[in-house]
Amino acid sequence: MQEHSEHHIVPKRVYALVFATLIVLTWVTAWVATVDLGAFNIYVALSIATFKASIVVLFFMHVKYGTRLTKFIVCSGILWLMFLLFVTMGDIWTRSWMGVPGR
Amino acid sequence: MIAASAPVKEQKNYLNAENGLKSWLLTQDHKRIAILYLLSVTVFFIVGGLFAALIRLELTTPAGDMLDSNTYNKVFTAHGVVMIFFFLIPSIPAILGNFLLPLMIGAKDLAFPRINLLSWYVYMLGGTLGVIVLATGGVDTGWTFYTPLSTTYSNGYVVLTAMAAFVAGFSSILTGLNFIVTVHRMRAPGLTWFRLPLFVWAHYATSVIMILGTPVIAVTLFMLMLERGLHIGFFDPAYGGDPVLFQHLFWFYSHPAVYIMILPSMGVISEVMSTFCTKKPFGYTFIAFSSVAIAVFGFLVWGHHLFVSSQSAYAGMVFSILTYIVAIPSAIKVFNWAATMYKGQVRLTAPMLYAIGFIGLFTVGGLTGLFLAAMGLDVHVTDTYFVVAHFHYVMVGGAIMGYMAGIHYWWPKITGRMYNQLWAKVSCCLVFIGFNLTFFPQFVLGYMGMPRRYHVYPAEFQVLNVLSSGGAAILGLGYLIPAVYFLWSLKYGAPAGDNPWGATTLEWQTSSPPPTTNFEVTPVVTTEVYDYTNAEVPHIV
Ligand SMILES: [Cu+2]
Repeated sequence: MQEHSEHHIVPKRVYALVFATLIVLTWVTAWVATVDLGAFNIYVALSIATFKASIVVLFFMHVKYGTRLTKFIVCSGILWLMFLLFVTMGDIWTRSWMGVPGR
Repeated sequence: MIAASAPVKEQKNYLNAENGLKSWLLTQDHKRIAILYLLSVTVFFIVGGLFAALIRLELTTPAGDMLDSNTYNKVFTAHGVVMIFFFLIPSIPAILGNFLLPLMIGAKDLAFPRINLLSWYVYMLGGTLGVIVLATGGVDTGWTFYTPLSTTYSNGYVVLTAMAAFVAGFSSILTGLNFIVTVHRMRAPGLTWFRLPLFVWAHYATSVIMILGTPVIAVTLFMLMLERGLHIGFFDPAYGGDPVLFQHLFWFYSHPAVYIMILPSMGVISEVMSTFCTKKPFGYTFIAFSSVAIAVFGFLVWGHHLFVSSQSAYAGMVFSILTYIVAIPSAIKVFNWAATMYKGQVRLTAPMLYAIGFIGLFTVGGLTGLFLAAMGLDVHVTDTYFVVAHFHYVMVGGAIMGYMAGIHYWWPKITGRMYNQLWAKVSCCLVFIGFNLTFFPQFVLGYMGMPRRYHVYPAEFQVLNVLSSGGAAILGLGYLIPAVYFLWSLKYGAPAGDNPWGATTLEWQTSSPPPTTNFEVTPVVTTEVYDYTNAEVPHIV
């Protein structure tokens, strides 16, 4: 097999940095929850959460240093989540288009 | 004992390499783990079958005279939960897939033998939870756990049942993970992707569904437990939830779950067809890629279960069209198997009879699925016996016929013994006749309007229901006879030899039963897959 199997050594500094970022962003999440951004409340909260999840996957779970196959598998997981979310929302967004007969 | 006539020393194989209960319960040999699964899955099949017998017995009369309504609800729920989560999902992958995948690719074991054993223990833990539910009073929601019945109104052990299915799901994730890594990393030298047997392709596609779909049902069941236990609102409008959201999440897994049951069966059929037609399967690459296509497109059709819910009609139209599209790869397989038989040197052995039976029954199951994909017709037959008949044609006529074909085909490899062909053919015919007698009348009943999950019905439906129950008795007998001749073969069956059918795939090149390490020497593959040019074709009676 062509993929090399030796483990990539990640410097401790990177782990410390990721950990610090996660802690800081947790504080930011808690703080932002006290500020009313109107319609943007949900977008800001989800963006921070997505960013935190991404750095966990990339650094703590070593996907950044993984083979292309590993990255492909991770991406297909995300793609499938998109299938689930967007197709389900496709129902919810279009439910009211037709109206209720007799009402 | 006289030394001169001492019996030939029995060859060491995976069965006699070690002895004692501990050597089985702590084994890391994929073949022994497959046997553990075979035994436990068979127990659940019997339990699920007994519940089916209760249902058919109750339905012989129009009155609800044997079971009261509440008990009847619990009985059909138990039948569904046991058969789906504890029999159909693990049956072929965890037994035959586990046993054969490493052998077929020339490997010594799966990539993660300990995880493989863990998957069996996880399965048994889920099964134990399920048995606790059955023993303490059961649950009445149906295997689909629809809200708000399951979250608010049901009095049964919903949380424990959901937990049982939740836990069993992890066993299937572990198996899928193991198979994917094994196929990528452990193929024998020279065994390229397009030299893989179609059984391996089918299991690869199944594993993709297992690892991408099963986490969703786990999360869904977890949400259900949270709402029922802690009143956190996901599905209850009173807490800002949406009950149809449950149906979306549930069927996102549970439609592909049908492919977890049927794809491995299709893999078995491809192997059996090739061997007993003495021919490379017609359209090998098409069959291989159609497995992958089913795995991907099968995830985009779940909304066909929601046509009578409040799902938007526009979403319904898209799901309807996608459902028609997903029938194409299944049809490709059926046509290719038929073309494989055409001008093939067909040998009608017991596994081949089961495989031919599969093609007939699966085709009926698949085509009636297209009826149900039509939104207008579906309104008429939703939640009737038409649906019940349809999915039994797919799951029993398809998945279990394939499972039986596979067990009959690989039994000589697994045990080293031959079973009685005549009895096997007789029981196959009983299964085929009994099955059709059980489920064909249900299409008619459903079309006439008999709803599923009711035990009291109008008197004019009785004749068809009695036919169905009679068929179920024949079907049960057809499943019982194999248990007898298989057990008989363990002691009295003729030794099978390495390759009793004249097959070409790698598992037949090692001894039967195989040694613990599968092959004495790692095989090197130099020929194309299913190459029959030098094959000897034995005559089997
Ligand atoms: Cu479906």
